[in-house]
Amino acid sequence: METGTVRFIERDGGLAPGAGAPPPTAELLAGYRAMVLARRLNEQAGALVRQGRLAVYPSSRGQEACQVAAVSVLEARDWLFPTYRDAAAIAARGVDPVEVLTMLRGDRHCGYDPVAHRVAPQATPLATQLPHAVGVGHAARLKGEDTVVMALCGDGATSEGDFHEACNFAAVFAAPVVFLVQNNKYAISVPLARQSVAPSLAAKAVGYGMPGVRVDGNDLAALTVVLGEAVRRAREGGGPTLVEADTYRVEAHTNADDASRYRDDDEVAEWVRRDPLLRLRAHLLAEGALTDALEAECAAAAEELAARVRDGMNRERAADPDEMFAHVYATPTAQLVEQRAGLRAELELEGS
Amino acid sequence: MTGARKRTMAQAINDALRDAMDADGTVVVFGEDVGPLGGVFRVTDGLTRDFGEQRCFDTPLAESGIVGLAVGMAINGLRPVVEMQFDAFAYPAFEQVVSHVAKFANRTRGRVRLPLVIRIPYAGGIGGVEHHCDSSEAYYAHTPGLTVVTPATNADAYGLLRAAIELPDPVVFLEPKKHYFHTEEVDSAVAVPPIGRAVVRRAGRDATLIAYGPSVAVALSAAEQAATEGRDLGVVDLRSIVPFDDETVCAEVRRTGRAVVVAEAPGFASVAAEVVARVTERCFHHLEAPVRRVTGFDVPYPPPKLEKHYLPGVDRVLDAVDELQWDAA
Repeated sequence: METGTVRFIERDGGLAPGAGAPPPTAELLAGYRAMVLARRLNEQAGALVRQGRLAVYPSSRGQEACQVAAVSVLEARDWLFPTYRDAAAIAARGVDPVEVLTMLRGDRHCGYDPVAHRVAPQATPLATQLPHAVGVGHAARLKGEDTVVMALCGDGATSEGDFHEACNFAAVFAAPVVFLVQNNKYAISVPLARQSVAPSLAAKAVGYGMPGVRVDGNDLAALTVVLGEAVRRAREGGGPTLVEADTYRVEAHTNADDASRYRDDDEVAEWVRRDPLLRLRAHLLAEGALTDALEAECAAAAEELAARVRDGMNRERAADPDEMFAHVYATPTAQLVEQRAGLRAELELEGS
Repeated sequence: MTGARKRTMAQAINDALRDAMDADGTVVVFGEDVGPLGGVFRVTDGLTRDFGEQRCFDTPLAESGIVGLAVGMAINGLRPVVEMQFDAFAYPAFEQVVSHVAKFANRTRGRVRLPLVIRIPYAGGIGGVEHHCDSSEAYYAHTPGLTVVTPATNADAYGLLRAAIELPDPVVFLEPKKHYFHTEEVDSAVAVPPIGRAVVRRAGRDATLIAYGPSVAVALSAAEQAATEGRDLGVVDLRSIVPFDDETVCAEVRRTGRAVVVAEAPGFASVAAEVVARVTERCFHHLEAPVRRVTGFDVPYPPPKLEKHYLPGVDRVLDAVDELQWDAA
C-alpha cells in the first residue's frame, strides 16, 4: 500500500488494517450492482464500436469504482461535470445510456438534457470543464443554494492550465466543488511520469490551500467515504477538495489506439488482478451479503441494460440538417436563415 | 437615470452596468482589478461599493478561469459581465471563448444558453505599449455562436451594452479604448438600440464609408473634410459585426455606387475583407468602382512612436476615395 493512500478493502476482499468501518453493507451492495452495470455498459459500447454502430468509445473499464462512487455521493440537486471517458458515471446518474452514447454515434454533440439531469455535456477538450464546474458552484453560493459540484478529470488534465485555474479559483472563492482526478496512469500514450513529478497528484492541493486526498481508486468503499466526506464539507461551506483516485485504464485510450506500443501486457495484467468489481465481490461474499439471488439479479439487470443500449443504438435516427442552424443563436441571424434555405433547396433538388 | 448628461465612454459603460445591475439581480460583474480599484480604466468604478462584493468582485489573475467561471455561472442562472483587462490579455481565454462560450447553446440544442458578456477594451490610438492595442475582432467574428458588438459613440456604449446584457446569447463587447475619456451627451432614457443593426451616421450622395468602433470617428472626419472639397460622403457605423446588417450597408452602397471600408485591424483575412466581399457580392451591379479598404498594415501593432503611421487616418481614407474611378463618372 502506497503511503497516504486511503483504502478500506484489500485486494483479497479483507478489510484494510486500521482503516475504520467501511460504508454500510446495503450501500456497498448497491455500489456493486452499479459497477456491474457500468462494466456491462463499457463492454457493450466496445462491442458496438467493433460492429460499426459507434464511431469511437473511450472505455472506463477498470475505473468503474470511480464512475459509480462519483455519482452515488451526490444529491439530485448537485451537478456532475464529466469528461469523454465518464459515460458510465453519467449513466449511473440516471441518464439514459442511449442518450449518453448519442454523441459517439455522431448524431449530436450531446444526447441528453444537461439541465434535467444536472450533468454537463461531456467535455472533450481537457480540463476546460473544470472552471465551469467552479462557476456553477460559485453561482450556487451567491444564490444561497447548497448545491455541490463533482468535477471529473484524468491525470493528463492536471497538466493543463485550466486545471490550475479552476483549483485556484475554487479555493479562493471557497466554491463547493469536489475535483476527482481519476489517475488512470496514461494520457493516451504518455505515462504519468511525463505529466508530473509531484509526490502525488493529491499533493498539488497544498499549493491551492485545499485538502488533498489520495484514495485507492479501485476500492469502492474508500472512494465512497472520501468523496462523501468531500461533498459534505463542500455543502457545509468548507470549500473544495482535490481527490486523486489511484486507478488504471485497462483498455487502450479508445478503439483507435494501440496500447501495445507504449505499455506491457504484464503491467495491464497486474492491474486486472486489482479489478474493483472482483475486490468488492470478494468482500461481499466473505461478509455473506452477496447471495446467488442478488448476483443473478445484477447479471439480469446488466443484460437488460445491454439489450436496451443495443436496441437504441441499432435504431437509426435521421439527423436533421436544419438542426445545424437552429441553436447557434437564440434567433438565427439573417445569414443563417439564408444558408439554411440554401441547403434546404439543395436537398430538395437531390431528393426530387 | 434619465435625461441627457455629459458622459465619457467609460462613464457611459459604468452607467450601463449600474442600470443593468439595478434592473436585474442576476447580473454580476467580475474580472481583474474591477473591484475596489474600479478597473484600470475605471469602467467599474464604485460598483463593488454600491452593489457589494457579491455583485462585483475581483478574481485571481487568470483569463481562462474568468471566462470559464462565467460559463458555469451562466449555466447556473446568472448573467455574468466579465472584463478582460486589455485586448491581448484576453488571448489566454481564447479556448474557453471559442470551444465553450460560442458552442454551448448549439451543443445542448438550445437547452443551455449562456447570457454572458465579455467586455474587452480594444484597438489603439492611445500610445500603448505592446500587447495593449490589438484589434482582435476578427478572431471572435470568425467564431459562429458569438455576437460581436462595438460601439462608436458614448450613447451606443450605453445602449449596446444594455442590449448585450439582455441578450440570451454570449456577446463579445469590444470597447474602443481611445474613446474611454472622450465626453459626449448620453441620454440613458433613449430606447436601447437593437443588436444586429447598423446605423447611418451621415447620409452622403457620392460614396459610402463603412466603419465600426474607433474607425467611425475617422470616417466622419474624412467625410467632413471631403465635403469642403465638394464630395458628399456617407458614413455607416456597423455597431454590430455579428450579426452583420447586410441590409443597411448594402442599401447605402447601392445608393452611392462607391464604398470604402475603414478599420484599424490588419487587412488580411479581416472583418474589413469580409465587408468588401459581402458588399461586392450583393451590390456588384450598382458599383462604379471596386470596393476599397483602408486598414492597418499586416504587421504586429507598432511601438507608440509609429502608430500614427499604422492607423488608418483621414488622409489615407481620402486617398482611397480619390481612387474610386471618378473620371468614368
